[in-house]
Amino acid sequence: MSTEPQHTPYQKPALEFKSTTYSVPVLIPYTHDLTVIEHQLQQKINQAPEFFRNSPILIDLQELNKQSTSLNVAECIGLLRKLALLPIGIRGGLNDQNEAALALDIPKISAQQNISHQETAQKLEKITPEPESEPETPEQPITRLVTQPVRSGQRVYAHGDLIVLAQVSAGAEIMAEGNIHVYGILRGRALAGIQGNTEARIFCSDLQAELISIAGNYKISEDLDESVRNKPVQIYLNDLALIIQDL
Amino acid sequence: MARIIVVTSGKGGVGKTTTSAAIAMGLAKKGHKTAVIDFDVGLRNLDLIMGCERRVVYDLVNVINGEATLNQALIRDKRCNQLYILPASQTRDKDALTIEGVGKVLEELAKDFKYVVCDSPAGIEKGATLAMYFADDAFVVTNPEVSSVRDSDRMLGILASKSKRAENNEEPIKEYLLLTRYSPDRVKLGEMLSVEDVQEILSLHLLGVIPESKSVLNASNSGIPVILDEKSDAGQAYDDVVARYLGEDRPHRFIDEEKKGLFGKLFRSK
Repeated sequence: MSTEPQHTPYQKPALEFKSTTYSVPVLIPYTHDLTVIEHQLQQKINQAPEFFRNSPILIDLQELNKQSTSLNVAECIGLLRKLALLPIGIRGGLNDQNEAALALDIPKISAQQNISHQETAQKLEKITPEPESEPETPEQPITRLVTQPVRSGQRVYAHGDLIVLAQVSAGAEIMAEGNIHVYGILRGRALAGIQGNTEARIFCSDLQAELISIAGNYKISEDLDESVRNKPVQIYLNDLALIIQDL
Repeated sequence: MARIIVVTSGKGGVGKTTTSAAIAMGLAKKGHKTAVIDFDVGLRNLDLIMGCERRVVYDLVNVINGEATLNQALIRDKRCNQLYILPASQTRDKDALTIEGVGKVLEELAKDFKYVVCDSPAGIEKGATLAMYFADDAFVVTNPEVSSVRDSDRMLGILASKSKRAENNEEPIKEYLLLTRYSPDRVKLGEMLSVEDVQEILSLHLLGVIPESKSVLNASNSGIPVILDEKSDAGQAYDDVVARYLGEDRPHRFIDEEKKGLFGKLFRSK
């Protein structure tokens, strides 16, 4: 949630409520033994100290409480703070656990829109090896706009969609986790859905690419049909087959 | 403040040194105080093309190492007193160049000169990246064939991302295309890329087309920048390039086949 302060002499609202969605690392303890947790957590933090420093973190107790072992929430929060993590919520806790958290100003977060635990765990695993990603920035896909030609030997990576308004030269490589749009001639390599998004598409106004790929399924220049070459096309995936279609 | 021009290409043998010598002489002849620096440490050539190889005492590496002052190392051209040459060292390699050292030399030159022309070595390694790092303008020298065009494209990418201007988020380096060793006859036969082909691939402002010419080799061998050969087509083409760079509007020449005279026409029409 964010508030927007406004200082005007008029009778305008001084604040506003908005809602926002963003990703936070979730800690899922599998044991109530805090010394074991501390040891393993410290190891994880050592792999990417910058990523974890002052990172918000959510404690998820659903898994642990299934085992009918009970974790001392107050001590757990103390441990996290000691390791420079900032717990911002607890979910899946029992009543007394929630109360203990609230006493330390940690709110209970409803566990309804949970993704399955496995996925959450994987997500955390995925983020860990990239210490350069800023924990403060919401990990929403961001569209990247490139207005200059992408020259031979250059690589452009977009975490969301990628829009290139100029040409992509032979020997250049453009990659996006989402869709790719090229409004100049596409002569280089274009790889969309690079993290496995099979719904990603490539759009270009003139297809002369060296290689096109969606979610790892690729075609090289030699395999491109003459009927689609030098034409405006879209490329998408249908049952793991690349479909190239006139626009 | 001087304007720093880098003459670069990526590929070797396309005419960087010939171009550096010609445009430096051209700018100086128009009355602008100009220095031309050879960055090809270890493979020094510019002094030969400029015809001052017998007057080299100190070089760029000496100045960077503080073994000589800039004034000791600069060689004044005998034909044009506005032109100075800073030769490269032949006994060292490119590791002798440092970014701080080059920066200091260029800063000192900039106080006194109007234009500083940096003759880049081939490749994309240290010598080439240092030659272009401080540049304001880049002359990208390209031959009308695919590998030269691809290397130029690569160089343009490096210019756009690894220069001082790019790193400080300043206005990017101004890039100009110079198509050299162009032969309209061979383009017509389909043996060479045309001006349009090259421009379509590189999408770059064309500063000039230098025709393939015997006069270039003759000029190099005798140590006279080809721009001084006013009768030659290549000399005139470089003169156009300098004029266009300085803002004059001159139509492009040497792109089409030479018009045959009456006799040529008669004999050709079989």
